[in-house]
Amino acid sequence: MTNTQTLNDSLLRFMTCGSVDDGKSTLIGRLLFDTKTILADTLTHIERTSKKRGLEAVDLSLLTDGLQAEREQGITIDVAYRYFSTGTRKYIIADAPGHEQYTRNMVTAASTANLAIILIDARKGVLTQTRRHSFLAHLVRIPHIVVAVNKMDLADYDQKVFDRIRADYLAFAEQIGLQREGHDIQFIPMSALNGDMIVDRGDAMPWYQGPTMLEILENAPPAHSEHAEPFRFPVQYVCRPQASDDLELHDFRGFMGRIESGEIAVGDAVTVLPSGLSSRVKAVMLGNEPLQRAITEQSVTLLLEDEIDTSRGDMIVKTGQAPEPVKQIEAMVCWLSETPLSPARTYVVRHTTRESKAKVNQIDYRIDVNSLEQLPSQGLAMNDIAKVTFKLAQPLMVDPYKTNRATGAFILIDESTNNTVGAGMII
Amino acid sequence: MSSSSKETLSHLDWLEAEAIHILREVAGQCANPVLLFSGGKDSLCILRLAEKAFRPGRFPFPLMHIDTGHNYKEVVDFRDQRAAELGERLIVRSVEDSMQRGTVVLKSPDEPRNRHQSVTLLEAIEEFGFDCCIGGARRDEEKARAKERIMSFRDEFGQWDPKNQRPELWNLYNARSHKGENIRAFPISNWTEMDVWQYIERENLALPSIYFAHQRDVVMRGGAIVPVNVPLASGEVINQPKSGEEIINMQVRFRTVGDITCTAPVLSDADTVSKIVLETATTTITERGATRLDDQTSDASMEQRKKEGYF
Repeated sequence: MTNTQTLNDSLLRFMTCGSVDDGKSTLIGRLLFDTKTILADTLTHIERTSKKRGLEAVDLSLLTDGLQAEREQGITIDVAYRYFSTGTRKYIIADAPGHEQYTRNMVTAASTANLAIILIDARKGVLTQTRRHSFLAHLVRIPHIVVAVNKMDLADYDQKVFDRIRADYLAFAEQIGLQREGHDIQFIPMSALNGDMIVDRGDAMPWYQGPTMLEILENAPPAHSEHAEPFRFPVQYVCRPQASDDLELHDFRGFMGRIESGEIAVGDAVTVLPSGLSSRVKAVMLGNEPLQRAITEQSVTLLLEDEIDTSRGDMIVKTGQAPEPVKQIEAMVCWLSETPLSPARTYVVRHTTRESKAKVNQIDYRIDVNSLEQLPSQGLAMNDIAKVTFKLAQPLMVDPYKTNRATGAFILIDESTNNTVGAGMII
Repeated sequence: MSSSSKETLSHLDWLEAEAIHILREVAGQCANPVLLFSGGKDSLCILRLAEKAFRPGRFPFPLMHIDTGHNYKEVVDFRDQRAAELGERLIVRSVEDSMQRGTVVLKSPDEPRNRHQSVTLLEAIEEFGFDCCIGGARRDEEKARAKERIMSFRDEFGQWDPKNQRPELWNLYNARSHKGENIRAFPISNWTEMDVWQYIERENLALPSIYFAHQRDVVMRGGAIVPVNVPLASGEVINQPKSGEEIINMQVRFRTVGDITCTAPVLSDADTVSKIVLETATTTITERGATRLDDQTSDASMEQRKKEGYF
């Protein structure tokens, strides 16, 4: 039933970083339009709106026009998700506003992306916001970065402009260690407005021999496909149907969850954390269907040979690959809430399916997302990014975020409002 | 040491795994959830996903339909049949009961009842004390949904405030709520209409007959195909043609099913799922653009209804 394939019929999640002025909406509109995702009635609608606004050509950026509340203010306040498919691949775009005051939205969009398109206006080159976007892509560990030098039509499609911006960017990337720390960077010149190098090459830039934007996307590795990762299976729910009349199910105890990384097969030796008790995998199920093995991101049910007391929040790992349960964590934190972080308060950390109360031990420093300077800080306000140490009431089974984006990440919840107030990446 | 994971899931397997994960998060985090089930194609996909998430156990939530009283008999029958086959509990609450209670007041007898479902839904949430409603909304359906969270927060009045939604990062969902508040969970947020049909085809899911091409009496009204003289389960016949309208017998199918008074079919000869997949791949009109008479009133009509507590 389950087809596992590389690239063919896979799914890629990516994000776009930039402001409206960089042509971000036009790029997305162009991708949707040129891959024929936009249907006639939507197109008629934006043609009408373009005319109403006195524009000569269809404004493709209207395709990603947001909510009424945003339209009234002429801004984008939230991450929007868009979809298109090429027949070989399905794409989920996280479209985040690029302005500094929306750092939290960028971090949100970045959290699920495996590739980031960073837009640069060819006339303006590498700006403060370019550095901010790159720093955030780095912080959230998006492995593939595409630097898209847009509006080449307004720079006479001049190769020198493109080359200079590339050199500037690489110098900056070196500073923050982008490539050194394993990010893959590609550069592409384009005009989203005219469609050059998006889906079609156009004939304005014969000097550029590299892939088009769509070719880059079609060939980008999907998440979890590039490195071997240890098996991590946070238990979400325990299935014990013994109340039913079916005697065969009387002893059924299925541990339900999603494989956050690695893979598992029937017969594998496993350890349940935090108890540390070991057993073997008796069966792997997808609903009522037995599987021999399951891979990263699959949601399955595991049955173990021995009866081990296991509940939501526990983690099943392969024996010998267990992370150490910890009661203190150091993390890079992005503060998401309008109510500032108060070091005196207790928050709830949700890590995988597990929760623990947490208190701030200390705020080591805050990072200015524009200058990338480390500054001392007493508290955190919305959009701040800081290195924070927390004390935990319950042990968590964590990996460094650098090596595992699922078991290295957590959110902070304010119990009085139930709001999600912070996002953390464990160092 | 660590195992290699070079293989990745196909797009349908990925979407399926994500949806199962979301359903299990609801089960793990919420005390009293409910799955909204209309008998429509999206909710039928969710039932299959729930089977994959929770079998051999029972679903950790009942099914519930908010019936406007103006649903196609084929769909209502199918709804009951499917719930019985699964052996799961089905709750039906009716807009007509709210009308009798006086909590829903129609401007005119033939006013579409779709938006009034919100009132009945909120009454049912209160009656049963549900803290989470699982629904089949997709982000690709409409502009106001593109920014919808997978776990969407509604206040005590069932209202959706686009400015007051919880940030949602990685796959760490926050479905907490205080008493009286409510979470709406959307496991197939990331699916498109095409994904839904491909999944129906792959899983060989049965659907109500009106999804397939059939002959039907219709009139053309304002550019839309409007079914007329539709018999209800009660025996009542609704959607009378207006004077001067010519009744045409046309071959049509529904791309989306909902309240009879505001859901229009499309011209089609696709009588199998694989033909529908093909037609979906080559269509030039969006799902709601073609078929929802209630979304066309203004640019922001869905957003407006959601703020009022609509699903």
